[in-house]
Amino acid sequence: MARRGIREYDAKRIFYRMMPQYTGEKIKFDIMPILVDPGTEIEKLPEENPWLHNMRLVVKPDQLFGKRGKSGLVLLDASFEEAANFIRQKMGKSAKIGQVKGKLTHFLVEPFIPHDSEYYVAIKMEADADHIYFSTQGGVDIESVWETVKEVSVSPLEDQEFDSEPLLEGLSAEEKKLLAPFLKGTYQFFLNHDFVYFEINPFTIVDRKIKVLDMVAKVDDTAAYQNVGVWDFGEFPEPFGKDPTPEEAYIKSLDEKTGASLKLTILNPEGRIWTMVAGGGASVVYADTIVDMGFGKELSNYGEYSGDPSTELTYLYAKTILSMMTRSKHRSGKEKVLIIGGGIANFTDVANTFTGIIQAMKEYSDQMKEVGVRIYVRRGGPNFKAGLEKMKEVGSEIGIPIKVYGPELHMTSIIPMALRDEGKGVN
Amino acid sequence: MEPYLLFSRDTRSIVYNMQTKAVQRMLDFDYLSGREKPSVAAIVNPGNSGTHKAHWGKGEVLIPIYPTIQTATDANGDIDVMVNFASFRSAYATTKEALLNKQIRVVAVIAEGVPERKARELAHLSKKLKKIIIGPATVGAIGAGAFKVGNTGGTIENIREQKLYRRGSVGLVTKSGGLLNEMFNIVSHNTDGIFEGVAIGGDKYPGSSLIDHLLRYEANPKIKIMVALGELGGDEEYKVVEAVNKGLLTKPIVFWVMGTCSKMFPAGVQFGHAGAKAGAEAETADAKNKTLKKAGVIVPHSFDTLGEEIARTFIKLKDEGKITPIEEPRNVPNIPMDYADALKRGIIRKPTSFISTVADDRGEEVNYGGYPISEIVHSGGKIGDVISLLWFGRRFPKWATDFMEMALMIVADHGPAVSGAHNAIIASRAGKDLISCLCSGLLTIGPRFGGAIDDCAKYMSDAFRRGIVPRDFVKEMKDKNVKIPGIGHRVKSLENPDGRVTLLIEYARKNFPRTDLLDFALGVQTVTTQKKSNLILNVDGTIGVLMVDMLRGVGHYNDEEVRNIVNLGYLNGFFVLGRSIGLIGHALDQKRMGERLYRHPWEDILYMVERKE
Repeated sequence: MARRGIREYDAKRIFYRMMPQYTGEKIKFDIMPILVDPGTEIEKLPEENPWLHNMRLVVKPDQLFGKRGKSGLVLLDASFEEAANFIRQKMGKSAKIGQVKGKLTHFLVEPFIPHDSEYYVAIKMEADADHIYFSTQGGVDIESVWETVKEVSVSPLEDQEFDSEPLLEGLSAEEKKLLAPFLKGTYQFFLNHDFVYFEINPFTIVDRKIKVLDMVAKVDDTAAYQNVGVWDFGEFPEPFGKDPTPEEAYIKSLDEKTGASLKLTILNPEGRIWTMVAGGGASVVYADTIVDMGFGKELSNYGEYSGDPSTELTYLYAKTILSMMTRSKHRSGKEKVLIIGGGIANFTDVANTFTGIIQAMKEYSDQMKEVGVRIYVRRGGPNFKAGLEKMKEVGSEIGIPIKVYGPELHMTSIIPMALRDEGKGVN
Repeated sequence: MEPYLLFSRDTRSIVYNMQTKAVQRMLDFDYLSGREKPSVAAIVNPGNSGTHKAHWGKGEVLIPIYPTIQTATDANGDIDVMVNFASFRSAYATTKEALLNKQIRVVAVIAEGVPERKARELAHLSKKLKKIIIGPATVGAIGAGAFKVGNTGGTIENIREQKLYRRGSVGLVTKSGGLLNEMFNIVSHNTDGIFEGVAIGGDKYPGSSLIDHLLRYEANPKIKIMVALGELGGDEEYKVVEAVNKGLLTKPIVFWVMGTCSKMFPAGVQFGHAGAKAGAEAETADAKNKTLKKAGVIVPHSFDTLGEEIARTFIKLKDEGKITPIEEPRNVPNIPMDYADALKRGIIRKPTSFISTVADDRGEEVNYGGYPISEIVHSGGKIGDVISLLWFGRRFPKWATDFMEMALMIVADHGPAVSGAHNAIIASRAGKDLISCLCSGLLTIGPRFGGAIDDCAKYMSDAFRRGIVPRDFVKEMKDKNVKIPGIGHRVKSLENPDGRVTLLIEYARKNFPRTDLLDFALGVQTVTTQKKSNLILNVDGTIGVLMVDMLRGVGHYNDEEVRNIVNLGYLNGFFVLGRSIGLIGHALDQKRMGERLYRHPWEDILYMVERKE
């Protein structure tokens, strides 16, 4: 349900394939890029792509991050052997891009294009309109020459054609003959296939043909149903450096199997405060409050369960969190805090979902006692009284300090309460 | 109605799609609020017409169903709101149609996952037409005591608890639909209650935004305090800042922007909502909260003190005399709990109206007599096992189920000339459907046709039970002038025995633990064949007496129980079931051959009707 980046490889491939039909066959591309992933047998690539031996090549990682040249990750003007060696050398290695560390797993290979001119085109979808930007001074430092960038916009209720003339003012007739259909076609491509951000920086013209060098694209993933057969890339790639932990991957796999929602992000496995919150909005608010009270560094996880998950799923979710939480004592020797929070549910049966959590709590009662855990519960909604009652019972049954509240208490008040109770040996 | 109001107590709406639970929740809210008419004037169920029956307090009302939005508004001049439950695929087209409809003023779009480009077009279109969209991806909105969109506000207990059935002084708008109830809770704990609450939905391009609703609340003299819950990502909150700075928003606003925790996260975390991702620094919750506070908006230190800030603001206004005390409505009616709900919670009980001891379809898989069908099939079960489970509620031994199958095979057909098959054939040739043909054939089964199995078993076992000898039984029957059922064959005799009978008897002698009644019947045969050689125990009689022997032999029943089983008509069941195979065969045979309507020839009928003068 969001904007998602797609690989440059996929963006280019789809663009190259669709552009002829959006330009009346005026713009065509003949060579499709190649994607190399850990499963690719590099030496076999030339069998289907003989051009790999006939042309000089470019290789760059294709994992939704920019500034690749500056990070020394782009190989230019290489033979196939050089390209293959470059990939073998980098494949599976870690790289740090800005603050984010991750593994290199995907590389784009395409022909190297020697060029003089560098053009820039970008289209952004924004609330007021689609904005189309163009400059003849494209390249890595487009921001520094932003005054050369011309812009036109197309607002949503307008005829979705646009006049490219203002963008191409001052260019030669020959350039216009090529660039006018290219820009118009690119916009048609953008809007017909639910792109929300599209940038070619730069592209060039060689022998009266447009050659794309770098491309960045984001689509609106809710529109997948309108682009069956066009968006043929399968799953959306995860942003660079977001290799999930086994627990995150497990919760993601549960989430994919159900209509309910189960989310988990580990922030600090050594942290002292763990949360198990129902509802997307509430989960943000609980995390906010912990951070706002100055305990951000101790916040172990972010996540939520919602959409009336079954007792079984809630059990598995709770178990995952409890297993991580009880792996070791906190370095300070202080007890850990588990926040079982939530707002007032619309229709989720609170007693039902709590049954799953309680089952996991019983299973992990020894481990919880071992590392020292206090639990704070706050929840409202259908059948909440029965649910809260069960929670209180299980607390005394397994001998874990637990405080339980309903809608009479402000939603996040259990957080300051938990932090105040620190070291008091609550029961 | 004033342009700053979304809803009044007279607002009437269309609910698009058959969302009967949501309709009921809207009606319950209406009733609780003391509305005169239900707020749902029509349901649009694409392509269908009719009526939907819903509860109205303790009574019931009918809500008309229309095939299109246009027919619904044409028939109901008072409709000006549509609650759109169309799927994400059709939400765009239906919302657009509603916007272009002259009557409709407000559309709430519930669907999640409407493509951004379509949602953006709808937002622009509604502004151009001076209409209001709430959503997409929203739970809805509520005008306290006036109108409730769909499932907003949760259960009726919650609505009662938070006094949403009457107007307070607070205008609420939130990005988060999931927290709408919680916000109602916070507002109702700390003020005199909600006047109106809207969840604008989590999409990137909501049809109406925080600022749109705050400007409406500003214009509404009944609203004294505005409460808003924003979110990281986007720039909507800055529009509020701008409006405050321009003096367009002058009433106290208590505002909190969610997502202050994002700084603890690695880059690129997408929160639940499509719009909830901070690109630039200005889109972070911290930056927004700070800017709002600077503009004079009341921003708590964290969500935790949001309630306190709201309470403080309310008390201040009250002290200044700006809040008119609310007169609580008297006699807020009770909404009876739904039967299904009460049952689930174990509050009520009621004797059941039906019993089933043989099959149960409630679990993952239907089970016959306690065994899931797949288990029966896996364990090599056949139709005989299914019959024993569904007719007798228990598993019979293999010798018994095999015998039942043999009986079914033997009675399956007796050619086209007998009553049942003949009727089936005639019906089939009259162009009737298969089931009519089958029933036509089955309806001939009774005392004269096909009843011998049952009758033979009854008479013979009665005699056997009384302990009389075969000769006395034959005499008794003769005295009563009753032909012994199951005795006699058209052509077969002792010397020329019926192969089917021989087979059944051999099987029984070899496999049954006992054959008492068969032995009795054969004793009867000895007596009757002395009179005439074709008065043998025929196939019907053999099946009848062997069924009784089988029941006595499976070890579950005493004599009395066996008699009861026979009296209930079980044995007839075997004939009906088996013969159905043949009847279906004959009916289909005629259809396959394309046989035409049968008319019996005149010359074959003796007409004895006297012509009357």
